[in-house]
Parts: sequence; structure tokens; C-alpha cells
Amino acid sequence: MSETTGGHRTVTLDGNEAGFATTKLDALLNWARKNSLFQYPFATACCGMEFFSVAGPKYDIARFGAEAPRFSPRQADLLWVVGTISQRQAPVLRRIYEQMMEPKWVMAFGTCASCGGFYDNYTTVPGIDKIIPCDVYIPGCPPRPEAVLDGLMLLQAKITHGNRTPEIVKPREDPAQKYGNGSPSQNSNVTVRRSKGGEIIGGGHS
Amino acid sequence: MSEIALSRLKETFGEAILETHSYLGDDTAVVAPEQWRNVCRFLREDSVLQFDMFIDLCGVDYPDREPRMEVVAHLVSTTKNHRVRIKTRVGDSEMDGAELDSVTSIWPGADWLEREVYDMSGVTFRGHPDLRRILMYPEFVGHPLRKDYPAQKTQPLVPYRTEEEAGLPLEKLAPFREDEGMSFGRKDWTRSHGEPVTGDGVGLRSGGSHGAD
Repeated sequence: MSETTGGHRTVTLDGNEAGFATTKLDALLNWARKNSLFQYPFATACCGMEFFSVAGPKYDIARFGAEAPRFSPRQADLLWVVGTISQRQAPVLRRIYEQMMEPKWVMAFGTCASCGGFYDNYTTVPGIDKIIPCDVYIPGCPPRPEAVLDGLMLLQAKITHGNRTPEIVKPREDPAQKYGNGSPSQNSNVTVRRSKGGEIIGGGHS
Repeated sequence: MSEIALSRLKETFGEAILETHSYLGDDTAVVAPEQWRNVCRFLREDSVLQFDMFIDLCGVDYPDREPRMEVVAHLVSTTKNHRVRIKTRVGDSEMDGAELDSVTSIWPGADWLEREVYDMSGVTFRGHPDLRRILMYPEFVGHPLRKDYPAQKTQPLVPYRTEEEAGLPLEKLAPFREDEGMSFGRKDWTRSHGEPVTGDGVGLRSGGSHGAD
């Protein structure tokens, strides 16, 4: 049985209370999408090293369901632009973006991909948003893996809400500064989560 | 260090060695462009010098000088364990006559470096087997490391998205101020022509950059 309310298709399953969950189809799809991001790593520069670190076992983006790199854009959902994009590479990047299937998302990994960084000259595209749409910008030269995980969680939150407004990963609060002058080891159990409007971004995992 | 290369060059080529200096162990000879290839062949084949390795080649633009473009080569002898730097100067203020003989027949490793100097500075190498751009794309107009190439001029292959398409401001915020955080600043030669850009510290080649260049 299904009914349409407010643009959303609501599916209600008949049966016993136990053993069923009801949800909106969009929410279900978004939940599935955000937890199975197949990624296309377009790594061109030093940020690639940090990408390997995030993808490796220590930081482990497999925890977010994003462990499968696809080197065919046709199979990828998430385009990671990791590093400087030169004018000469711009047609290649745009072609790869165009070859990806909808729905697709784009992450600008690092300062160069976000705005060109210190390459303010004849050779560099001043930010990938000049040639393709971008969902999440991760600043840093290169960004630390934690910042990348923040970016991934921010993207997941955006997918959950169907929000396609570009956003920048904000710096986290430093627990050592917030909780006085204790040594980092004393505060190693402190977890600070960034929240926006009372809502924990990237929550749901611990 | 040994200045043997400089003395051998001077006694062999005489007037064609325009000047030499030796500073902190770096021996430098400026040679006449007509003799460029002969000097290179001599440096490679002389039994005392044996410069068998071609390290680097670059163009340095001095827009106030005549000839304007300096071409600099660095050589190493792996058998004799010594180095030399040779320079030559070509091209008038409009870069007419900026031509040199290719040395690819002497050191095959000079091939891509000569293409780079051709691409970045616009020096033509006579006798080069495949003289075309190596770093920039074929559609690129001009030579970006010349001082009269505007510092912020880009030639995109892909037209940029408009702000309406993107739905957000796309203007580029320069990461540094106008002076690039350096005392001599970023000079747009076409704008600051009254202010001479001279001196060895200002004749910049592309700086080394981490990651991509």
C-alpha cells in the first residue's frame, strides 16, 4: 500500500508490529546512498598521500561504507578531487564528472582543489567549482585525515537531507584548548562533535 | 673548487667566452650564442673535463637587458666529479632572434629541457628533433615565464561556470596580498614598466613547488 504526501512517496507495510519498519522511500534511498559511497579518487598531487592515509586501515573510510574505489566513473557515486587541477587537466576532470551516473557528489580535497591554493597563476584552475559542481570543500594543505572524515560525515548528513548546497568543513574545536591547559593525553577521552542548529553532524556513529 | 673548466674554456675559445666568474665554488662562464654548441661539444669531449651529464637548462628573462633572455645550463662530470654552469644570452627586446643550436646530439637528455625552455621562455632551438610545448597545452598562446606575460593571466581550456550556474560566488580570493608576501612583490611587467626589474635576485625562474608545477 502506498500513498503520496507532500511530494514524498510513503510506503506502509501491512503486518505485525514486530518485524517491520516503516520509512519514507526517499529517506531509505538516502540512507542507502550515504552508506555505500563508491568513490572515484582523482588524485593529482600531494593530497593523494593523505587520501591513502584516510583510505588505509588507520583512519579507515570503510567504516562509513566508502571503502570501494572505482576506477571507472560509471560505477562511482563520489568524485574525490584530490590535489591541484591544472588548466591542462581541466577537460579530463570535467569529462570524468560528466561520465558519472546520477546521483553523484563531488568533494574538493584540500586547498588547491577548493580554490587553487597558492597557485595563483597561468597554470592552475582556481578551484574545481569553476568547472564542475562541488558539494563539500575540505580545506588544508593537505587536510589531516580527521578533517577528511569530517568532510565525509558532512557529506553524509547532506545526503540524508537531500541538501545540495556547497559547504566547507569547519575547523574543529581543540579539546586541549577548550578544557584548559591539561596535556593532550589527559584529555584524550574528550570527544567534541561539531553541531549545527542543535543537530549533530555526522552523528550516528561512535 | 677547480676552475679548470673556466681556464680550459678561455684558452680554447678566447673571445667567445664573454665573462667568467667563480663564486662559492660555482664556476660560471658566459659564452657567445654562436659558439654555444661548440662549447658544449668541447665540454663533453675534452679529456680533462668530460662533462658527461646534462643536469638542467632554463631561461631567465631580464627585460631591461639586451640581449634579453639568458639561457643557463648546468653540467656535471661523473668521472671527474666537477661541475660548471654555462650561460648565453639571446633575443632582443621583442625576443627576435632568440635562437640557439640544440645540444641534443651531444647530450640526449637535453631534449625535454630544451622543449621546456622553448615552452616557458620562447627560445627556439635549431636542430631539435621535436620542438613543441612540453608543459603547457598546444592551445596556449605566449610563453608564461617571460616577464611581459601578465602574472595573473590564465587561458582556460574549459570555460568557467558562471555564478548563476553555480549558484554561489566564484570569485578567486588571492591567497596573498598584491606583494605575495615578499619584499620585491609580484611585478606585472606591463603595469610597472617604469620601475626596472633587475638584479639577480629578481630574475625568477619558476620556483620549486611541492607537489605540482
